Amino acid sequence: MEINVTVNGTPHTADVEPRMLLVDFIRSTIGLTGTHIGCDTTSCGVCTVLVDGTPMKTCTMFAVQADGRSLTTVEGLKRNGELHPIQAAFKEAHGLQCGFCTPAMMLVGSALIEENPDPSEEEVRWAISGNLCRCTGYMNIVKAIQLAAQNSTTGGTAE
Amino acid sequence: MTTTEHAPKTSPEVCGVGHSRRRVEDDRFIQGGGNYLDDIELSGMLHMAIVRSPLAHAEILSIDTSQAEAVDGVVAVVTGDLLAQYDLAWMPTLSGDTQAVLATDKVRFQGQEVAAVIATDPYVARDAAELVFVDYEPLPPIVNPQQGLAPDAPIIRTDKEGKTDNIAYTWESGDAQATEAAFARAARVVTLETHYPRSHPSPLETCGVIADVDPITSQATIYMTSQAPHAHRTVFALVAGLPEQNIRIISPDIGGGFGNKVPVYPGYVIATAASLVIGKPVKWIETRTGNLSSTGFARDYHMKGELALDADGRILGLRVDMTSDQGAFYADAQPTKFRAGLFHIVTGSYDYPAAHVSATGVYTNKAPGGVSYRCSFRVTEASYLIERLVQNAAYEIGMDPAEFRMLNFIRPDQFPYRSPTGFVYDSGDYETALRLAMDMVGYEDLRREQEEARREGRLMGIGIASFTEVVGAGPSKDYDILGLKMFDSAELRIHPTGKGILKLGVKTQGQGHETTFAQIVAEELGIPAADIKVVEGDTDNTPYGLGTYGSRSTPTAGAATSVVSRKLREKARKIAAHLLEASEEDLEWEVGKFFVRGSPESSVTIQDCVFAAYTNFPEGMEGGFEDVDYYDPPNMTFPFGSYIVVVDLDPDTGVWKVRRMIAVDDCGVRINPMIVEGQIHGGLTEGFAMSSMQWITYDEDGNCIGSNFMDYLIPTAWETPRFELGETVTPSPHHPIGAKGVGESATVGSPAAYVNAVIDALAHLGVRNIDMPLLPDRVWETIRSHSGAEGEG
Amino acid sequence: MYPRAFDYLVPRTREEALEVLAERGSEVKVLAGGQSLIPMMKLRFASPTTLVDINRLPGLDAIDAVNGHVRIQALVRHNDIIRSDVVRAENHLMTSTAPWVADPLVRNRGTVCGSVAHHDPEGDWASVMLALGAEVVAESRDGGTRVIPIEDFLVDMFTTALEPTELLTEIRVPRYERGGGNYQKLERKVGDYATVGVATHLELDEAGVITKAGIALTSVYVRNLKVTEAEALLVGRAPSAELFGEAAAIAAAACDPTSDIRGSAEYKRNIVRVFTERSLAESASIAQGS
Repeated sequence: MEINVTVNGTPHTADVEPRMLLVDFIRSTIGLTGTHIGCDTTSCGVCTVLVDGTPMKTCTMFAVQADGRSLTTVEGLKRNGELHPIQAAFKEAHGLQCGFCTPAMMLVGSALIEENPDPSEEEVRWAISGNLCRCTGYMNIVKAIQLAAQNSTTGGTAE
Repeated sequence: MTTTEHAPKTSPEVCGVGHSRRRVEDDRFIQGGGNYLDDIELSGMLHMAIVRSPLAHAEILSIDTSQAEAVDGVVAVVTGDLLAQYDLAWMPTLSGDTQAVLATDKVRFQGQEVAAVIATDPYVARDAAELVFVDYEPLPPIVNPQQGLAPDAPIIRTDKEGKTDNIAYTWESGDAQATEAAFARAARVVTLETHYPRSHPSPLETCGVIADVDPITSQATIYMTSQAPHAHRTVFALVAGLPEQNIRIISPDIGGGFGNKVPVYPGYVIATAASLVIGKPVKWIETRTGNLSSTGFARDYHMKGELALDADGRILGLRVDMTSDQGAFYADAQPTKFRAGLFHIVTGSYDYPAAHVSATGVYTNKAPGGVSYRCSFRVTEASYLIERLVQNAAYEIGMDPAEFRMLNFIRPDQFPYRSPTGFVYDSGDYETALRLAMDMVGYEDLRREQEEARREGRLMGIGIASFTEVVGAGPSKDYDILGLKMFDSAELRIHPTGKGILKLGVKTQGQGHETTFAQIVAEELGIPAADIKVVEGDTDNTPYGLGTYGSRSTPTAGAATSVVSRKLREKARKIAAHLLEASEEDLEWEVGKFFVRGSPESSVTIQDCVFAAYTNFPEGMEGGFEDVDYYDPPNMTFPFGSYIVVVDLDPDTGVWKVRRMIAVDDCGVRINPMIVEGQIHGGLTEGFAMSSMQWITYDEDGNCIGSNFMDYLIPTAWETPRFELGETVTPSPHHPIGAKGVGESATVGSPAAYVNAVIDALAHLGVRNIDMPLLPDRVWETIRSHSGAEGEG
Repeated sequence: MYPRAFDYLVPRTREEALEVLAERGSEVKVLAGGQSLIPMMKLRFASPTTLVDINRLPGLDAIDAVNGHVRIQALVRHNDIIRSDVVRAENHLMTSTAPWVADPLVRNRGTVCGSVAHHDPEGDWASVMLALGAEVVAESRDGGTRVIPIEDFLVDMFTTALEPTELLTEIRVPRYERGGGNYQKLERKVGDYATVGVATHLELDEAGVITKAGIALTSVYVRNLKVTEAEALLVGRAPSAELFGEAAAIAAAACDPTSDIRGSAEYKRNIVRVFTERSLAESASIAQGS
């Protein structure tokens, strides 16, 4: 089945099998490997991308369902060559270690800040509770998202 | 909060030891530029899916691959019989046992590898895997070591000729006679029997491999999720009989390891064999179910510990009997000499003359493993047992658990301290760490609050763990894996312009080696850390080393980095003398430059010296500026700390919540405090996970419960407590920069603190043990079985 | 993990969807949020030969208050409930439940109606709808529109009264004046199914007497369980701790949990009692304040 999907602002047309998972489409067909796979049961969230601005687990969607939609992956966070505030904040606050969950965490964080420019610690923890991290204990991920929120509001950069 | 201020010796520009340098690897990770195994695509690459046993114990009567082979896109179906033709049906484990690559005679655990399908597409490989039909004759499964030791138990390892029982190993440590004597004169003996349940490191990236054997040159390039690429190259050479120079292991970015990526797994071997035969690259990416149900588990120790106390509450001796559940193959990744890892560190932070540990490993119909899950070879189990025991001992003698520890701690003036099981602790100051933790948490106030709460019928508890770890394996006289001595290495080359490359035998998996190891060079040579590129994980381009696990990178490769930098500093000194026309003895070193004693204006920078090493070196000197060091540590390092957890417990539901978690760590000198704290946060979370929810169990038929993230529970940000960190610094006297390693301290130390807190909330009811994980139902059942009982606490 | 191959149909109108169901109902599976179905397909526990994706159907995503009920249409996602001013103003129990369904990402995709139609007895929404006395609306090409009381709709574990030719188009929840409700869920972690879930809903008259009561339980019976005996006990009485204790005891006796990895039957029964008592107290307190 032929589908048209916009990924990070670039339109793509592809012929895919209906059973192809959206995450495999992004990784294999489009070739953007910043979106990862970590489980079989919709539990870990490392495959999260923004679908029309909303974070979703792409291991639990078929590529055909993204027909006509616009996706933002980690590769699309940068704007005009500048890091997104969430990217700068993750580095500044040491919000990552192995980096495997990081793209998803940043996308969820960026969507949260869009909706809630000044999230409390509890709100951040709740918002990222569909995403697992094995390295950081979440402490610095929470800090990074709050720092990004602060820097987005003030227009400052994290560094 | 810290007890001591550590002003770094170097400027922020140089960024040596002590700076919270932001991580250089982050630039790629935050932009989706990480290069993990599954991100690698090779031309003509095939995909492999593994067929696994649904049964825990069964004879294989036949395997029918014909339907699978007929599927469009399937290139080959591999079985154990096929591998046997290449002598690859079995492989050695890291503990010197053997393990089936693909089962030929019988399956020995649910999830065991039985066949593999190689196809042009991963979806097709999975389709065809369903069409491999295996005819099994079920055998009675053994699902715990007690069953395995029963006299009439079926023998699991029928492959081992003459094997008449299910014992994988027996081992002991310490002095049995002296321990008996200590118990004979004890005023009181405190006993704890507890199970440290089976767990799994389950990094978010599963294991995987791309084997690319060139049919013309026979060059095997094996991309692998490996924490120990050099050791794996040697194992591959031994197992597959490939000439070692033709094997190149590349371990790309790793999405977490935690010990899971230390062993060699059947999937790696099958893919390599398939690539060798087919002549095309073969990729295998493990499913999460495969990861949890077949690759290296951790823990699963059934422990009985006894403490002998004198009338004043001083510990006289410790006796431990431990039975480990090894699964179907004895595959602990651990030093050869120690059959139960470094479990004999179980004497802990306390001073007493006698201890004895006996251990029995038992085969069961469960997945093999026994990996060091964020732990230096079974230290986690040991630390848990002793910290639970001392807490219970305090209750039994009516002493505050903190006071009991203070009374029995090894004192600072006793270091180096020889433990009753033979370790020589390098340095420590346990009382200071505990005092700091108590101050941070407000210990006395909490104890008063607890008394009040009990009067009101509320339940709250305060749990302490004052752990001592042993890490940094290890000195070559005692430590090897499969005969390979556990040294590690660093190769440093500074280019003419003063910027260079550091190559290491270890392999980062999130610990930030690219950042921190450059800081060690910066510290030693004064060359800015930003000018040093760190390379790991490619066996063709890095010096030999045993890899990253057991908190060994800083104690071994970190030391090697320091030493190789110092070697080069001595070369620079000779060049400086030449450039300054002074004698070497008259030169003084300060960060980044040499100057003539008494005339500081007469100086050359390290960069000047490096440039001269290529352009203007003294006659008779070798040109260039590079060296290598293979570092054989003189001793292990012994990080320690004190953790205090405060919990509130709902007696109606058994639900407990962490109110405070204080962690005071002493890992010696901190190379990068930001990264150290991040490591501690992660470890405290894994400790919380194990104490509260994360475990793998098996039903009576040997079905694995915990083979996916719906059943194997990993806490999210919502459940995970907030952590408050403190620090003391007691440098390691034998490490070149005084560092000890920290990647695992918090996983090792914290489970006992969480559990002790819950037990403490219930101690007045007489509760002394709940086996982990402390799920609400277990806590509630415990309260119910103790309600009405007179407590002693 | 990859699903087996299937045919994929994506109707653009409701008529087209009903046509497909009428012609091929027995062999197709409707795909809404897919957050239960797709994981089962990936593990190959479910392998429908044809999927009918209803996500492109227009006019199926409304949450509104009309004709005495709050209407939740088939494509309303769990997080739409959290964001909905209508739900926040109209229904305490739904407001209280939505944040604890699955996890935040699954809530962006999974639907309330899909969860009810799936009828996993460990699902939260079916209990909520039982406690609220909701109605399920099913449409088909040949049968027109059926309005089915939720008790009749939920037949057995993974089984409902929905015909293969029918599409569940909306759920209707009765509006109320003076009432309150809340959901108590014991889960081991975010994203876990409930060990036990208790949904309660109370409506009071001006004198503060209970005029309507709903109690339903999650994960402690072969289906989501409405505790009618306890509900009947409450109606006509004034809220009190003692009364709620009695109702909780009835609920605990009515359920039939199984012992498993989440706890013994006895433990779960205890949680039903504790949570029913707590939930009723909370619902009464909300109702009294409204």
